[in-house]
Amino acid sequence: MSRHAIPVIRWFAELSLAQRPFVGGKAASLGELTRANIPVPPGFAVTTDAFERFLAASRTRLDVRAEISALGAADEARVATTGRTIRDAIVGFPVPADVEDAILGAYRALQESGAGSCVAVRSSATCEDSDEASFAGLQDTYLWTDGEAAVVDRVRACWASLYNAESISYRQRLGLDEGSLSIAVVVQSMIDAACAGVMFTRSPTTGDRSVIAIEACWGLGSCLVSGEVTPDRFVVNKVTGEITVRNISTKTAQHVRRSDGQGVLDTDVDAELQDVPCVTDEQLAALWQMARRVEAHYGCPQDIEWAIPRQPADPARPVLLLQSRPETIWANRKKEPAARPMPKPFDHVLDAMSGRKR
Amino acid sequence: MNDTSPSRPFPLPSEIENVPGTEGWEEMYPYYTRFQPGDDQVFWFYNSMHFPEPMPAFDAIGAEVPYTAMGANTTRVFAFPATLGVEHRIANGRVYITAHAVSDPDEIARRTEVFNRRAAHYFENWDELYSKWREKMMALIRQVDAIEVPELPEFDDEEVVLEARGVAQNHYVREAWHRCIESYSMMWHHHFEFLMLGYGAYLVFFQFCKKAFPEIPDQMVARMVAGIDILMFRADDELKKLAQLAIDLGIEDAFVDGAKPTQTLDAVKAKDQKGEQWLAALEKAKDPWFNISTGDGFYYYHRSWKDDMTVPLSALPHYIASIKSGEDIFRHTEELQAERKRIAEEYRSHLETEEEKGAFDQMLGLCHRVFPYVEDHKFYCEHWFTTRFYEKVREFGDLLVRTGILKEREDIFQLRHPEVEAALIDAMLAWAAGSKPLGATQWRPEVEKRRKILEKLEAWDAPVAVGPMPEHLEDPAVQMLWGITAETLQAWSRAPDKVNDKELHGFAASPGVIEGTARVLRAVNEIGQVREGDILVSPVTTPSWGPIFPKIKAAVSDIGGTMSHAAIISREYGLPAVVGTGVATKRIRTGQRIRVDGDNGIVTILD
Repeated sequence: MSRHAIPVIRWFAELSLAQRPFVGGKAASLGELTRANIPVPPGFAVTTDAFERFLAASRTRLDVRAEISALGAADEARVATTGRTIRDAIVGFPVPADVEDAILGAYRALQESGAGSCVAVRSSATCEDSDEASFAGLQDTYLWTDGEAAVVDRVRACWASLYNAESISYRQRLGLDEGSLSIAVVVQSMIDAACAGVMFTRSPTTGDRSVIAIEACWGLGSCLVSGEVTPDRFVVNKVTGEITVRNISTKTAQHVRRSDGQGVLDTDVDAELQDVPCVTDEQLAALWQMARRVEAHYGCPQDIEWAIPRQPADPARPVLLLQSRPETIWANRKKEPAARPMPKPFDHVLDAMSGRKR
Repeated sequence: MNDTSPSRPFPLPSEIENVPGTEGWEEMYPYYTRFQPGDDQVFWFYNSMHFPEPMPAFDAIGAEVPYTAMGANTTRVFAFPATLGVEHRIANGRVYITAHAVSDPDEIARRTEVFNRRAAHYFENWDELYSKWREKMMALIRQVDAIEVPELPEFDDEEVVLEARGVAQNHYVREAWHRCIESYSMMWHHHFEFLMLGYGAYLVFFQFCKKAFPEIPDQMVARMVAGIDILMFRADDELKKLAQLAIDLGIEDAFVDGAKPTQTLDAVKAKDQKGEQWLAALEKAKDPWFNISTGDGFYYYHRSWKDDMTVPLSALPHYIASIKSGEDIFRHTEELQAERKRIAEEYRSHLETEEEKGAFDQMLGLCHRVFPYVEDHKFYCEHWFTTRFYEKVREFGDLLVRTGILKEREDIFQLRHPEVEAALIDAMLAWAAGSKPLGATQWRPEVEKRRKILEKLEAWDAPVAVGPMPEHLEDPAVQMLWGITAETLQAWSRAPDKVNDKELHGFAASPGVIEGTARVLRAVNEIGQVREGDILVSPVTTPSWGPIFPKIKAAVSDIGGTMSHAAIISREYGLPAVVGTGVATKRIRTGQRIRVDGDNGIVTILD
C-alpha cells in the first residue's frame, strides 16, 4: 500500500470529495459543502496519515493490521476478542508527538477563530477498495468534547472504534481488505442545538423527488436517530417551498449537553414544549433552501443531518449542516418509467382514451 | 355506471321526497328530465358544480342544450372509445346526471379506430382550427346581438308594403325566437368542439405527474399548465387600469364606497373633459372585456359587468385607495410566466430518466398548445355569448310585457323555452286578430307560483348522489369534467353530510392555513360588504369576482376545481383556498370564525 506524504491536518475549506481516500467520506463531504458555501460548523480532519503514523509508531508493540488480517473469516467470538485486544491497545498507546502537536495546533486555531472550546469528534472511515461502502454509524462519535487532553483521547477512541465488533463483521461481510482500510477523524465546532434532525431530499415513503421530508426533535439530532423520540415531521415541496404536511408529535425526550460539560445527557422535554413544533416556518424555509443547494451540488437526492444552534453565529444562516450523504434506498430501486415518448405528443391522449393500460 | 353493490349509502331516486309547498314543481321542467322507475337501478350524482341552485324553468335550457351537444361530440362526432354522453334528471330543482360509458372491449376497439382518425385531425391542426373556431364564435355573438325582436306596433312598417315584402312582423317574432335558441344551441356545440380533447391532454399529463411524483398536489399540475394571459382575467386588469387612470386624471374623488352605479357615473360626468376621457376609456374596456358573467353562465340572474356595472364600479374605490397607498395591484404576467416555467423545468429535472423527460415534454407541450382554448372558450361561450343571449331573451321579455302577457321582463325566465314560444305565438295571434292575448291569465299566476316554489326548493338539502353505489367508476369524462373518481365516491359514502357538520371537504386549491372571519356572499354584487381580512365564502367565483381578492385573506367556494378561477387567482395572490366544498355557503354564516386549510382541502368551523 503506497501512501503519499499528506498533512496530518486538513481544514474543511481545503477538502473536496477528491480527498476522500485520506479523510474519509464524512470529512470529504463536509469539506466539499464548506467550499460550496453551505453553512457547516467549522472544523478540520485528522487525516488517515495521522492514523498511519500512529500505527507505524506502535507496530513494535502490536501490529494491528497483521492481527486483524490474520482473523480471516473468523467466528463472532474471535472477532469480539481480537477487536477488544486491538481497541484496548490503541487507546493505551501514545500518539506520536508531531501528530499530537498538529491536532492541538488546529484545535487551538479553531478556538481562536471564535468557535469555542467544545467540539464534536467524529469518525470518518475510508476504504480504498470501495467507494460504495457506507461506514455510517459503525464507528464512534463524541459530542461535547472539551479540552486538549479530551480531544486527543477522543481522536484515539475514534481510531479504536474502527475495530469494534460490528465494524469488523461489516467489513468481513463485504469482503473488504483490511489493508486498504483506514480512518480519519473529524474535529468540528460543537453546535449547541436548540433543535436538530434529518432530512431526505426525496420522499422516504414514495421516493417522490419533488418533495423534502424533514424530521426534527428538540436538542441534538442523536435523540431522533437513536429512535428515542417521535419527531415532528414535515413535508416541503422541493420546487416551491410550500409546507404540505405538518405532523407535530409529542416529543418527550431530548439529548442535551451534560452539566459537567463533557458528553451528552438524555433528559425530558419541558411539558409546555413537548407538543410545540420544534422548527418555525422560517427555519423550514432555510432547511428547504439548504436541501436544494446540497442536492444541486451533488446532483442526486441526499440524506442530510442538520442542527439549529441556540445562538447562531450568523443570523442569516440559522441552519447548519452536520452531514450529507447520497440517499441509497430509492436510488438503488429499479422502477418503470411513468411514461415513454411516443411518435406524436397526442398519441398519449389517444392511448389513454382507448383505455389501454400503460 | 350500472354496476350495483348491496350497500346503500345514497337514497334511491324514488325515495326523494317533495318539499312541502312546492307541489307542481315538475311542470317547470320537461318530461324527459323526470326520474323514471327504472332510474332506481342507476347511479346519479348531483351536478352542483354547474347547477348549485334550484333551476328556474327557463334556465333548465342550460342543462338540456349542453348535454345535447356534449353527448353528440363524444358519442357520435369523435366516437370517444369508452365515453358516451350524459343523461340528466331534475328533482326538486336540482340537476342529477349519469354518464354512459362503453365497456365491451370489441365495441371500444371499433370506436377507437374512428376516434383515433378523427381526434388526430383536430390535434394535428389545432392552432388553425382554433383560430377558425374563434371566428365562428365571434360570428355567433354578432348573430345573437343582431337579432331584432319585433315591436308589434299598431301598424306594420311602411316598407312591408313599399318593398312588397309581403310578410308581416308577427312572422318574425317566431323566427327571431328560433334564431335566438338556435344560436344558443350552436354555441354549446362549439363549446364542446375541442373541449374533451383538450381535457384529455390535461388528464394524461395529470396522470403522468401523479405517477412520476406520487406526492404532487393537484394544484401543482394545474400551475404548470394554467395559462397566464387568460382572456377572462382581462376585465379585472382593465378595471385596475381604470383605477390608475382616475388617479392620473385627478378625478378619484368621484369614486365613493357604497355609491350606486348611476351616482358614480354622474359624479364622473360632472368632471367635464376629464370625466369624458375616463368614460371613453371605460367604454373601450367594456367591449369586449366586461362581457364576463357574475356567475358561470347557467343562471339568468348572473348578469355581466357590462350589463350591470355594480361590481366593477364598487371595486374602484378600493383599487384607487390601494394604488395611492403605494400598493402594487397589477398582475405581473412576465413574472408569473417565468415562475410557471421555473416550476415546470424543476419538476422535469427531478425525473429519473431521459425517457420520462421526453414524455413530460410531449405532454406538457400538448397541454400548453390546447390550453388557450380550454381556458378561453369560457370567455367566448359561457360569458360573452351567454350574457348576450340572456339580454336578448330579456328583449323578448319586454315584448311579452308590452303585449300584456307578463308583468315584468324578468318573468320570462320562469317559463320553459317552449312555453316562451307558446306565449309569443299567443302574442302573434292576438296582434293579428286585434284581440287581447290570453297569456296573462295563463302565465302571470304561474310565474308567481314558480317563484315561490324556487324559494322553497332553495332550502332542500340535495343528496350528493342518488341510486346504488357503482362498483367501478373509471370514466375519464366524469373525472375530467367533475373531478369525480372512485375515491370521491368512497369519501361521499363514508361521510354522509351530517357526520361532522363542523368540517367541510373540498379541493386543496391554493396552499396555506389561515383562520379568520367568514364573509358569505351569495352574489358578487354584495362585494361592498367585504371587509379587509375577511375569508370569502361564495357559491362560485368567476373572474368577475376578481376585485374581491385583494381584500380577503382566504377563499372558500361551493363549486370549482384546482383549475377554477378561485384556485388560480388565490395562488397568484398567495391566499389559502379550498374550492368545490359543495355546501360552504349553506353551512357557514357570516361572522363565524373558520379555518381554511389550503394544503389539505379542509374548512373547519371554529365557533
